[in-house]
Amino acid sequence: MGTTASQLGKDMLSEYQHCVLIHDICFSAHKRFAELLTREEKDLPNIRVSMERILTLPELKSNPFRKRICHVFSTSEQKDGSLTFEDFLDLLSAFSDSATLEIKSHYAFRIFDFDDDGTLDCGDLEKLVNCLTGETDDTRLTTEEMRQLINNVSSLRQSDIDKDGTVNLSEFQHVISRSPDFVR
Amino acid sequence: MAHSVSFDICQRDSDYENLEQDEPGQDSFQHVGEPAASTQRRPEIFGMDFITERSDSSSDSSTSDETLDGGPESSLQRHGWSAATLRVLSSMPSRSAGPNSNAEVRWRGSKSRRPSQHHPSRPNQDDVVRAKVVEITPEENKKQQLVSNLRGLSVSERLRKLRAMPLSLADKMEIRRLAFSDVAESSLIDRDIPCYSLLSVYISRSWRHCMFGCLSVLSSLQLWHSPMKKLSGRFGTGVLSYFLFLRTLLLLNLLLFVITGLFLVFPQAVNPPSLYDSHQDTFTGLELLTGTGYLSQSVMFYGHYTNTMIKSQMPYSIPAAYFFTITIAFFITCIILVYNVSTSLGRRFHVLKSHGILAVKVFCSWDFKVSKRTSVRLQSEKISTQLKELLSEMIGGEEEKSCMQRFGRLMVHLVAWVTCLACIVLGAMAIHYLSESNYEAVLKHSAFKETELLLMSAAVSGFNLLLPGLFNLCAWVEKHDSPSVRVYVSIFRNLLLKVSIVVVLCFHWLGRIAVEPESHGLQCWENSVGQELYRLLLMDFIFTVLYTFLGEFLWRLFTKQVLRRKRKPVFDIARNVLELIYGQTLTWLGVLFAPLLPAVQILKLIVLFYMKKSSLLLNCQASRKPWRASQMTTVFISLLCFPSFLGAAVSVTYTIWMIKPSPGCGPFRNLTTMFQSGQLWARELQDAHPVMSWLSWAYNFLVEKPFFLFLVSGVLLMVIYFHTQVVDGQRRIISRLEKQIENEGKDKKFLITKLQGLYEQSSQVFPDR
Repeated sequence: MGTTASQLGKDMLSEYQHCVLIHDICFSAHKRFAELLTREEKDLPNIRVSMERILTLPELKSNPFRKRICHVFSTSEQKDGSLTFEDFLDLLSAFSDSATLEIKSHYAFRIFDFDDDGTLDCGDLEKLVNCLTGETDDTRLTTEEMRQLINNVSSLRQSDIDKDGTVNLSEFQHVISRSPDFVR
Repeated sequence: MAHSVSFDICQRDSDYENLEQDEPGQDSFQHVGEPAASTQRRPEIFGMDFITERSDSSSDSSTSDETLDGGPESSLQRHGWSAATLRVLSSMPSRSAGPNSNAEVRWRGSKSRRPSQHHPSRPNQDDVVRAKVVEITPEENKKQQLVSNLRGLSVSERLRKLRAMPLSLADKMEIRRLAFSDVAESSLIDRDIPCYSLLSVYISRSWRHCMFGCLSVLSSLQLWHSPMKKLSGRFGTGVLSYFLFLRTLLLLNLLLFVITGLFLVFPQAVNPPSLYDSHQDTFTGLELLTGTGYLSQSVMFYGHYTNTMIKSQMPYSIPAAYFFTITIAFFITCIILVYNVSTSLGRRFHVLKSHGILAVKVFCSWDFKVSKRTSVRLQSEKISTQLKELLSEMIGGEEEKSCMQRFGRLMVHLVAWVTCLACIVLGAMAIHYLSESNYEAVLKHSAFKETELLLMSAAVSGFNLLLPGLFNLCAWVEKHDSPSVRVYVSIFRNLLLKVSIVVVLCFHWLGRIAVEPESHGLQCWENSVGQELYRLLLMDFIFTVLYTFLGEFLWRLFTKQVLRRKRKPVFDIARNVLELIYGQTLTWLGVLFAPLLPAVQILKLIVLFYMKKSSLLLNCQASRKPWRASQMTTVFISLLCFPSFLGAAVSVTYTIWMIKPSPGCGPFRNLTTMFQSGQLWARELQDAHPVMSWLSWAYNFLVEKPFFLFLVSGVLLMVIYFHTQVVDGQRRIISRLEKQIENEGKDKKFLITKLQGLYEQSSQVFPDR
């Protein structure tokens, strides 16, 4: 049940609109997606766009988490971060204002889980903090600071409730729910 | 019965811990599917050191200066696990991200990728069957479960639940096909439907398209939706909170305007009174500024309103309308504000004590709305600064300052506070003196009477503009330790300034003018008070425009051309929000005396929005100071409700209850207090329509008798007390649950280490496998 990239059939549109949280993004999403394709690709059904081209989108270009976002929403077999139109729709839907907290925290957890093992362990946290603080040297944390930070975040007082040394999804959602700043 | 399972040991060798030696039990491994995508963990540089250094300690407590992985048995993060254990760990249900996770899907995908060399074991038959069942159908099971769950709900519920699930679109469509297959209408696959239902399908589909289209239009109709999106993309949620606050105030004023306009201004405007003072008919431009002359005769001010009934289709009593409109408008505003404050406080209130904000900061502080490269970089810098500050507090603790240093800091703080308070007091006294002398000038009938009236309002706005700059200077000298303290101190000082000015003015109006209006030479004191407020509001607006133009635009040019600095000025959120609150307080104070004042405020807010927006985009850059947007919004809404609205409501109530209205003008001419009009109306209603006597009886009972009010307050206090008890009980339950989870965690660790121990024993017993 594919769709050629140049037009979005009415059936597909209504199918998507049933599954997606915000109904009105399907058309504009399709337009944005079609802009990324070359002319030959527009006629192929279920075309998959490579990660490099997705990353040229202005919203994602400067985001430090852009590669993780592509990987999380990609359903490709080769795990190369490429997205079909359906993945793209998923992405927009999850980042929209009308996505529920559950959806946002679920995807945020997966974005932060750099090694895809289902928990946030120290390696994930270190990479996360490095992404947050940017690339320049004076904004990065020193090793000592990093150790202290990770110790604190994953220690019993802060977020690791069952004290297994990692933060799983429920603990992550628990931390998120305590902060009303999680607006995204 | 022994197993031999050989695995692809895919981790580097590290030392195994000394585990408890148990008797070799029955090996009953369960071979539960492939491990997740990667069990390899490159050792973090620091992690490796700590593993080798660590000694076996007890598992119970983890102290604050624990190493990265905790004590050896208190963490499941050790790298000494065998592949079997790792496999078990990774297939734990808590590690799959959510109940409908794609992690399992990925497992199946990664199975084909991973070059696993494991040979099938020689296990029990039961084990094989169990393993196979578990391995093949974890995903199928979950899908079946999901579909059957969905089938049990109604169609709309199903749709809603499906939308809210965190699955990929392909999975959702598949589930939808399965779950909705019994609903013929939404199934597009089923093609043999008779033609009448084809028509209904067509109609329902086009209706749905229509609705979806309308919804998108509605969401963009929300006031100022797209400019705010642009601003938040560039400046973040802190600046956005200012504009959201502005929009809230606009809507409040709109409500107020609609109520007063409909019930008060419109009836009076349609039937203008016969009194007419001809010598005030000339209209010069200055009148718009001062509110005197032509405007004083219009519906703008109190004096215009008659104290009679309007005899049109239905008799409409203006005094009663005036009284009830103002009180009901205040009442509705009070309810809305209290509701807003309680919802935002409720969102922030945590039944659990929040132990630290570090985790919250790491997980929640990234603002995904920001898309411009420079803003992204700025955000990274901001987060990095925040984290470093928090960590330095934790690592270093409080630096031990010497006695002299502490004393020096204290003196600096003291001097700064004294300066600020002195400035505030001086400002208040100046205003007081000016307002006293203003009326003497009026008595003198000097030629520049009109412009002198503006002097006081200009002075007030000038103080409001200049003194916060002085406060900022003091704060810069003081160098507070933590940035949030600095923000709160600055808000407090600004608030104190504005409160003292408003209190002085109120005292002057209500305490002096209203009590002895003749000594100030005023025929209609309410009119003059209304005019004063009108002038204050306008002057405030003019000064804000001037400040935006001079302070931000010219300052930017100055720093760029003359000083050649790259930094643009920063938008001071606290100060701007307090100015908004001040303007709103003046509006609420003035509604009683000038019913059209909310309209003026509405125009002012609209112009302010566009002006601030363009000024921001042209002149300012995002602030480097950390800004906790939601906490600040709560603070602002509470400031709006408590000092601002409460103060205005108290002074209006005092005016209505205690002060004698002027005998020459206005709707309450012949009464001792404005409150009396309500009583008179109730009595008239009773006389005219005995049927409605229950209304006046209710009015008397509710308002006049204090006993009823005592009863209601007593009941409310009891309800509050019960609720606090319930919250305490919940806290106790939560701490008990936390302990239980901790114990479960310990159980889990124990079992995993046992598993590991058993595996090791078997590998020691059968070293050749």
